[in-house]
Amino acid sequence: MESGDLRLSLVVLAPVVGSVASYLWGRRAPKMAGVVASAAVLISFICSLMLWSGARGGETFSAALSSWISYGGISLPIELYFDSLSAVMCLVVTGVGFLIHVYSAGYMAKDAGVARFFAYLNLFVAAMLILVLGKTLPVIFIGWEGVGLCSYLLIGFWFTDTEYAKAGRKAFVMNRIGDVGFLVAMAVLYTACGTLDVVELGRADVLARLSPALALVAGLALFVAATGKSAQIPLFTWLPDAMAGPTPVSALIHAATMVTAGIYLMGRVHGVVELDPLVPAVIMWVALATAAVAATTALVQNDIKKVLAYSTVSQLGFMFLAVAAGQYAVALCHVVTHAFFKACLFLSAGSVIHGCHHEQDMRKMGGLLRHMPVTAICYGASTLAIAGVCPFAGYYSKHAILSAIAGVSNPLLVGAAPWISYCATAIAVCTAVYMARSFIMTFLGSYRGSGHPHEAPAVMTVPVGILGVLSVVGGFLLVHPIESFVVGPLPATSLPQEAGGVVSLIVGSLPGIFGIALAAYLGMAAPREAEAARRWLAPLGRVFERKYYFDEALNFLFVAPIKRVSRVVYRAVDQSIVEGGAGAIGSVTQAVGELACRITTGQVATYVLLMFLAAAALFSVFSQVR
Amino acid sequence: MTSMVAYIGVSLVLFTLGAIGVCIRRNAIVVFMCIEMMLNAVNLAFVAFSKLQGNLDGQVAVFFVMVIAAAESAVGLAIIISVFRSIVSVETTDAAQLKW
Repeated sequence: MESGDLRLSLVVLAPVVGSVASYLWGRRAPKMAGVVASAAVLISFICSLMLWSGARGGETFSAALSSWISYGGISLPIELYFDSLSAVMCLVVTGVGFLIHVYSAGYMAKDAGVARFFAYLNLFVAAMLILVLGKTLPVIFIGWEGVGLCSYLLIGFWFTDTEYAKAGRKAFVMNRIGDVGFLVAMAVLYTACGTLDVVELGRADVLARLSPALALVAGLALFVAATGKSAQIPLFTWLPDAMAGPTPVSALIHAATMVTAGIYLMGRVHGVVELDPLVPAVIMWVALATAAVAATTALVQNDIKKVLAYSTVSQLGFMFLAVAAGQYAVALCHVVTHAFFKACLFLSAGSVIHGCHHEQDMRKMGGLLRHMPVTAICYGASTLAIAGVCPFAGYYSKHAILSAIAGVSNPLLVGAAPWISYCATAIAVCTAVYMARSFIMTFLGSYRGSGHPHEAPAVMTVPVGILGVLSVVGGFLLVHPIESFVVGPLPATSLPQEAGGVVSLIVGSLPGIFGIALAAYLGMAAPREAEAARRWLAPLGRVFERKYYFDEALNFLFVAPIKRVSRVVYRAVDQSIVEGGAGAIGSVTQAVGELACRITTGQVATYVLLMFLAAAALFSVFSQVR
Repeated sequence: MTSMVAYIGVSLVLFTLGAIGVCIRRNAIVVFMCIEMMLNAVNLAFVAFSKLQGNLDGQVAVFFVMVIAAAESAVGLAIIISVFRSIVSVETTDAAQLKW
């Protein structure tokens, strides 16, 4: 056993214990639920930090929690593995997770189910940590399913509202479709390579055991798994609906951590993903389409959380673009900065919703800068960050993604690389436009709603403030030279060299600055032109509003046929064969019973006679057998 | 050998009479006596076969039968008394409440 295993076990066990404790304690003293849950995540964070200082030097830690399956030649221990890749994810999950826990203590303070909320939230953190720390794919899969379950439970947290419960169910079912991909990939890898250990699966001699066809199947199946969890086309429609959950949940699960599990998985088994060049090509096109669809849809949303949800889908598309270009460290870098600014945006939006008495429609906000300055400043900083303006955090990762696309070396993509690059830049502009639009609609102008908006309490503004600061400095302090961001488990990052200096920083920020300027011009300076543009683009706007009719298409292609088949099967099999069969058995038994009960006359003499006859019959039968 | 035929013959006759008695008599006490007769018919057969085999196994079995018969008559008579208390009759045809 290597060193540090106790700390590593503690990383996972603290939130598990915290989950139970916050539920039991929180039932009696609702105020304690948030404290216990936050403390548990803080313990995890501190342990991760301690391990990280070791992992930075290339050291790895492992800890065996228990044995899951040990049968014949198969042994499957639940083993944790900590290297610089899982370190980054671990720190994001526990660090951002801790801030969101603290925020939730304020946000959910008046909710009746606060104990249940924190129990789920801690359970989520535990599952997410198992996901990022699992040493073998089956253990990762436990976490993968665990976060899916917690996501379902938390989206449907206010389950008395049928719409919310349905949104949770939709997320659950769509995630299951992705999980099939995960299972297929595990089956293929285990039969071909004989191991599911992620370290082993990075070795060339192990990967050589995969035939080309199987390599393609495994790579695509893993990507299917990632599309489910990370909301890519065609499985992305659950994420906007997932906004039904409480806002801190959206911040933690549906922005900062769980939805990035797909990117983490791609990085963890990048050897398999890269075997066939077709797989990165597929990822590239799907990611580009997702980023474009989600960014344009976000342009026309009026619900503040929906804007952020589509923006998350779009940013996840950006991360997959980097994955497809083979620059996993760049993708991970965007995971980190995105976790900062998107969590900050969501929490700010939560404060706004909280302060505006549960109003989510941006048309009924406006002018909130005066009423909630701290929240507005944090939201503004994060908007600049997500737009990719230097020196905010998003600039470093987004600019690196655009360079990575330009420098793609995949033979199937080299020809299209400039065009993909242009598209991605256009989407980056789009990102800046819709985010600036949401900032203008929410915080500038004059207040359009009724009621008296108020700033959130300190327990909420402080975490938002910390995340706001991270959105500003997280880029150049934490991830800046990306070439040395994560070394070891990921392939080396090689970005095209560019002329340094202020000019390149400004050029890199241009898409963001241009988008913000456009939104500011249309939203504030030129309402008449904005109206004209809106009328001119109305048909397109309708397509955007219905998210390109993806829900309708999926319903028509899959849900409706399955329902039709199910109805036929229900009638033919369930109602006629199963129910009919069960009914027939029942009625036959009853008829026989009614006949047989005639002999119970109550007369002892009859019974005795029957007994004698039966004994005689048995004797004669047995003497025949002899 | 002829004595064996006689013993088993008597045993059979006693058993058959007992069985018929159980089936056709209505007085519970008589039915009870018929059961005792069947048990004793079996005892007679046991003793006869024990003699034929030349060992004591059959005779040991007889003791068990007699003990169980004693226990059975104690319980059985108690049942008959309590039946009599509730329906004021010891006729088996009168105690016919348990039926469909």
